[in-house]
Amino acid sequence: MARYIARRVLWGVALLVIVSAVVFVLFYVFPSADPAKLRAGRTANPQLIEQIREQLHLDDPIYVQFWDYMKGVFLHFDFGRSFTSQADVRTIILDRLPATALLVAGSVVIWLMIGLPVGIISAVMRRSLLDRSTMIITLAFISAPVFWLGLVALYLFAQDVGLIHIFPGIGSYLSADTFLAKCESMLLPWMVLAAATAAIYARYLRSSMIDTMSEDYIRTARAKGLPERDVVLRHGVRSAITPIVTLLGLDVGLLLAGNAILTETVFNIPGVGQQIVLSIRRSDLPMIQGIVLFGAFFIIIFNLIVDILYAYLDPRVRYQ
Amino acid sequence: MSLLEVRDLQVHFETDDGVVKAVDGISFDVERGETLGIVGESGCGKSVANMTILGLTRSPVTRISGRILFEGGDLAQASSDELRTVRGNDIAMIFQDPLTSLHPFYKVGRQLVEAILTHQEISKKAARKRAVELLGLVGIPDGERRIDEYPHEFSGGMRQRVMMAMALVNDPKILIADEPTTALDVTIQAQILALVERLQEQFGMAVILITHDLGVIAESADNVAVMYAGRIVERGTLDQIFYDPQHPYTWGLLGSLARPDRPRVKRLSQIQGQPPSLLAPPEGCHFRPRCPHEFAKCPQVPGLEVRGGEPGHADRCWLSPEQKRTLRVIEAGRIGLEVPAA
Repeated sequence: MARYIARRVLWGVALLVIVSAVVFVLFYVFPSADPAKLRAGRTANPQLIEQIREQLHLDDPIYVQFWDYMKGVFLHFDFGRSFTSQADVRTIILDRLPATALLVAGSVVIWLMIGLPVGIISAVMRRSLLDRSTMIITLAFISAPVFWLGLVALYLFAQDVGLIHIFPGIGSYLSADTFLAKCESMLLPWMVLAAATAAIYARYLRSSMIDTMSEDYIRTARAKGLPERDVVLRHGVRSAITPIVTLLGLDVGLLLAGNAILTETVFNIPGVGQQIVLSIRRSDLPMIQGIVLFGAFFIIIFNLIVDILYAYLDPRVRYQ
Repeated sequence: MSLLEVRDLQVHFETDDGVVKAVDGISFDVERGETLGIVGESGCGKSVANMTILGLTRSPVTRISGRILFEGGDLAQASSDELRTVRGNDIAMIFQDPLTSLHPFYKVGRQLVEAILTHQEISKKAARKRAVELLGLVGIPDGERRIDEYPHEFSGGMRQRVMMAMALVNDPKILIADEPTTALDVTIQAQILALVERLQEQFGMAVILITHDLGVIAESADNVAVMYAGRIVERGTLDQIFYDPQHPYTWGLLGSLARPDRPRVKRLSQIQGQPPSLLAPPEGCHFRPRCPHEFAKCPQVPGLEVRGGEPGHADRCWLSPEQKRTLRVIEAGRIGLEVPAA
């Protein structure tokens, strides 16, 4: 097991190097705009642009730029400085990360708390009115775009622009100073971000559960005389839930990597997703590079966690 | 009074295509300590009938009627909770595929202990001790160690032994064995059947042995019920069924049996055609469409009565006893279902 983990970590590092290279090539070789020009502003003259180019080392050969960058990242954990603000990329990302992490963490709790019970109950009461109506509702939530759902939620429930003033509204995160106030300001974003995922998990677990409940070992559990509750929870859910773990690992990794961008934008939460949009618009290459690497890091880490968890959940899985 | 009396049991499933009459009025008795063999091909309702005894077929789309009398109560009418106290306790069941019948994520010990604690008020430690003991009883050596292993660490035959141990933990009065050897190698089959027999004597329980294999029946059963398309078509002692079969379907089964102890025949006889759809079975005798001896009376349902056999040996075939005696012989000393060449 230890050897397996060590090997996976090494692979993860290799993967990060590859990701850096790909991102570097994509943005440095095919930039969407000349960063030097952008930096110089509208009234720039050619000399100024040239001067900036030199300052940012954009005039060095690509391999030198790449080598410098990689050295910084992997040896000094230094992601360089933003082209636009000169600020340290690492500092900006670490500044932005808590907001995204809080958004993701809360919404994970909500979508698991709603998605899993709904999935189990729907599977057990398959074809009942309850099952059919929840499946229609979940379909609606899956189909609703997050930005639309977010706006509707604000319109209905926000304290500033809503019809019913229940939850803190847009930008309340920025003005919140205590952790509790931050959590309160996150209530609406949590629910909006969790809605679609909760619906997906409910449907996924329902079908996984329906498959499991027709397994022979469920029949054995019933033939033993176990109460139906134990048959469902101890024998059924235990098996049906394992594939959900894979899903969860991927989702959390992706969201931390910036996939919560729409929710962050709608609710004006200063998270990683918001930052990457900003940076792409400004062709701020070091920022983009840094965020993508952080994202890749999270995805790799959570995949590894899932694989390790799996060995504990399913005794037939053994890594070597 | 018999230990178990099944009377006119019907199990129908409502599906989108119509009502599937999986079990269409069967009656049989199980006596203390006997082995009743139920034989028939896949889909004839033998498993459904026995799972219904334990209430395992109950669902919103299942219609069950008839009586299942066990120890003064009717299991067909019993509440789910009452049934639960019978399941795995008074009546235990083992299934065809031991590879998939154990939960893959739990150690066998845990699964055994769970079965004990469901029905007995004893400590976990005592339950574990009992589980180890039972593993030994079903022929799994080193139970103390193996109890902490997962099902995938056992071979197929060993897993069936674990299933057997699980069925026996609460001293059942009846063991229903649903194709217990079908998924196993032939050599393992014999071991498992011998084990069932030994445990049956040791525990004094009755066994309902469900199989499609007449060889298994010949080895273990005292009495035999032959099922076809949801009905019992013939019922009698082992000798009656093997040496004086009354129903053409039974002839077909016997004729298709390879007999290494007899001179080799050119070709084993086979039953032409397919079993009928249980959505719309034929009028009258269900075997009629596949029977070469069909005649004018067959569209009426023949009751399960003693017709040409000894007392207690009943069948559902309209042919006269004399006709049966001549038609079933397809060549000297061989029973089968082909129309003998003129």
